[in-house]
Parts: sequence; structure tokens; C-alpha cells
Amino acid sequence: MLEKRLVVCLDVRDGKTTKGIKFQGNVDIGDPVEMARLYYEQGVDELVFYDITASSERRGIFIDVVERVAAQIFVPFCVGGGIGSVEDMRAVLLAGAEKISVNSQAVLNPEIINAGAAAFGAQCIVLGMDAAGDPDMKSGYRVVINGGRTPTDKDALEWALEAERRGAGEIVLNSIDADGTQDGYEIPLTRMISEAVGIPVVASGGAGKPEHLAEVLSEGKADAALVASMVHYGSYSIAEIKQHLDAAGLPVRLTYRPE
Amino acid sequence: MKVGVVDYDAGNLKSVQTALAYLGVDQVVSSNPEELLAADRLVFPGVGDASSAMRVLRSRGLDAMIREFVSRGDPVLGICLGSQIVLERSEEGNADCLGIVPGVSVRFPQGTGLKVPHMGWNQVSFRKGHPLFRGIPQGTSFYFVHSYYTQPSRADLVLCESEYGEKFCCGLLAGNLAATQFHPEKSGEYGLKLLSNFLYWDPERTY
Repeated sequence: MLEKRLVVCLDVRDGKTTKGIKFQGNVDIGDPVEMARLYYEQGVDELVFYDITASSERRGIFIDVVERVAAQIFVPFCVGGGIGSVEDMRAVLLAGAEKISVNSQAVLNPEIINAGAAAFGAQCIVLGMDAAGDPDMKSGYRVVINGGRTPTDKDALEWALEAERRGAGEIVLNSIDADGTQDGYEIPLTRMISEAVGIPVVASGGAGKPEHLAEVLSEGKADAALVASMVHYGSYSIAEIKQHLDAAGLPVRLTYRPE
Repeated sequence: MKVGVVDYDAGNLKSVQTALAYLGVDQVVSSNPEELLAADRLVFPGVGDASSAMRVLRSRGLDAMIREFVSRGDPVLGICLGSQIVLERSEEGNADCLGIVPGVSVRFPQGTGLKVPHMGWNQVSFRKGHPLFRGIPQGTSFYFVHSYYTQPSRADLVLCESEYGEKFCCGLLAGNLAATQFHPEKSGEYGLKLLSNFLYWDPERTY
């Protein structure tokens, strides 16, 4: 049986893991390679690294992080942030990433999804989508970009379906309203998108305790759940979260290292 | 011992390279048939489209190289697309494949509510006691990402199985050729264990 994935997300700025609340103010919380290695040893199923470095000339620092992660972490990982071309994608794939996530760049230039899928295969191309509740939109959710600061004219559901048609192999769906609250994922949004598309959906934004993951993976119909703060600050270990999910009857990977 | 890794522009070889490097093995990554034939074992990875992969293999003489490697009896491990194209044919682009193992690659059915590609960790049940799975518990999860899967024409060619909607073959075994649909190089410590088992595998020894 296909298992529900637990994904840990690390925002990386100038080579350090950083964490912000509602994209306002960031604090460095550690070395991304060391943190990734720790999560790997605890049995994380997948990792996501977002490059939130402001300046493009510092991009090399991030590629170096990706290479060091690839050399010692043997689970899949996705890289996003600042990817605007097939060449950018190639650079992170050659550095050892499995998947590439495009977000704002895909909204501004949707063809990048087609180009990426044609060049590297749909399984490589992840659509990162930030959605905010908006009664004016048909689905009730609007796509926002630039970390939630800029609203677009796209409806979240329509954009998810379009991205799938264009060749995206997965969607990381982040609720801007829930992000940073630790009050739980946005269940109706996640369920709506996950039921509509034929590709896996990773729920993001709002995780504060293991019950939240169980909820979004069952009621929310998500294929995977993404967490950040709840593991970065040591509130919960990967194993604790997985044990909770297992007890809730969800299929998760519990056996992950030889005795 | 030297491991040859077949480079034929089919996806990213980096993860296989880094996993083999982590295991400390001497490797040659090449698209040159002679360089690869000089290796003692062969890893044949790949992600992507079966028909374009076959085109590249033929244009570089790598199809003949793989057949020769298999027929001389040295251990060969196909991974993902590499497990599909050792069969006779793939539904993907209706491609004629290497034909080393009898069978075809077929697509997961659409419209059944199953998400395709089959992506993520799934439990694998394997032939009891097989040396490639030494030290790995029955039912351990491995990482998959694929839309097509292998359907060998005989049950004795099945090394392992998994379940997605229904049971499917996720690994082949034909003498000195083994192949997995999942990615051992991305399947954590147990994936590394399988790769390491491959490095010690003696296909002529019965188990």
C-alpha cells in the first residue's frame, strides 16, 4: 500500500535554515545540511528546500547546500525558490535534487511547467501554489504569489488543473491563511484540490501538532503533509509524528533503518 | 571491483553516483560500451520515456553492450526505467525494448481514482531469502516514481511485488540480471543496503 509521506521543509537563506511567520521577519535556526541529515536519520520521507536568498549572486551558496545534501541524504528531495528557467532547473537537478518546485515563476510564465516536464519528465516538476481564501473566486480560493504578498487573478482550483494539464507531476499546496498559525491545515482547500487532480498533493501551512497531519491526510485527502516549525524547534520528532499517524490508522513508513 | 553505470541521457544519474560513492565503491559512469564492458558489475538506471531511451541506447551501441554484459554472466542491476526496458516491449510509445527478459511494460490504469504517477514509498514483498534483500525485513518500503510497470511473462521472473490498486511486479530476476522498479538509491538506509547487497551478489550461488 502506498504510504502517506511526511515531508519536512527548510527555507534556506544565505546557506542557513531560516523561519519566518507569515513571511514577516526571518530568524536563522541552523545549518540545513545538518538538519536534513538529522531528519533523514529519524526517517523523514522527503525534504523540500526553498531558496529564499534575496540576491541572485548568492545563488552559488544554495547550489552548494544542495550538493552537500545530495551526498549524504538518500531520500528524495525537492528544491524551489528563484527557479525561472529550464537552465535553473538543470542546475539543481545536476546538483542532486529529484524534483524542482516552481511557484510565482509559473504563474507569471506557465510555459515553464511544459518546458520543465518536456526536458526532465513530469515527475520532476512540482507546482508550488500559495492560496488564500477569497469569496470572490469561483472555488473560494485565490492564487497569491511572492510569498503571499501579491494577489493574482487566478483561481486556485483552475490553476491546479491547468498546471496538471501542462505537465506538473505534483502540487505542494500552501494555505496562506493557515501558514505560520500552527492551528492546522486548511482542510477544505486541500480536499478540493486533491479530489480534483490526478497527481499527488502535498498539504502545507498550519501544522502544529500530529493531529493536524492525521486530519489533512484523511479528511483533507492529501497524499503527503509538509511540516516545518513543529520539527525545527524540537516540539515533535519525525518518529513521534509517524507513530501518531500509524495509531490513527494511516499507512506510514515506520521501518526505516537496519538494526 | 569496478561498477559501470550506464549513462544514456535518461534522467539524472547523480543520485545513483552519490549512493555508490557513499558505499565506497569504485565506479565508472560512461556511455562508452568498451569502458562499461571493462567493469565487473553493471548498474543500469534511468528515468524518462522508454522509446527515447531505446533510441539513445541503440545510437551508442549500448543495447548490444548490455546484452553482452548479461550473457557473460556478470551481475547487472536495472533501476526504474532500466527495469522496464530489459523486457521485450513497453506500452510507452509502443517501444521495442532490449528483449533480455520475456514480458512487457504496461501503464497503470487511468480513471480508477489512482493517482498516476505512482509516487512515494510503498511496501515491497520479495522472494524469501534472496541475497539482494539480505538484512531487509519483508514489507520494507522503497521509493517509487513511475507510470508504467513490468509484467514479465513468467512468475519465476518476479523478484518482488508491491501493491497499488492491485498487486504488481516491482522487481525482476533472470539469472545474473536483477532489476527494481523502485529507486534503492533514494530509499534510505534499506535502499543503500540493497545496493550494497548487489555489490556482493554472486548470482551463481544458490540460496
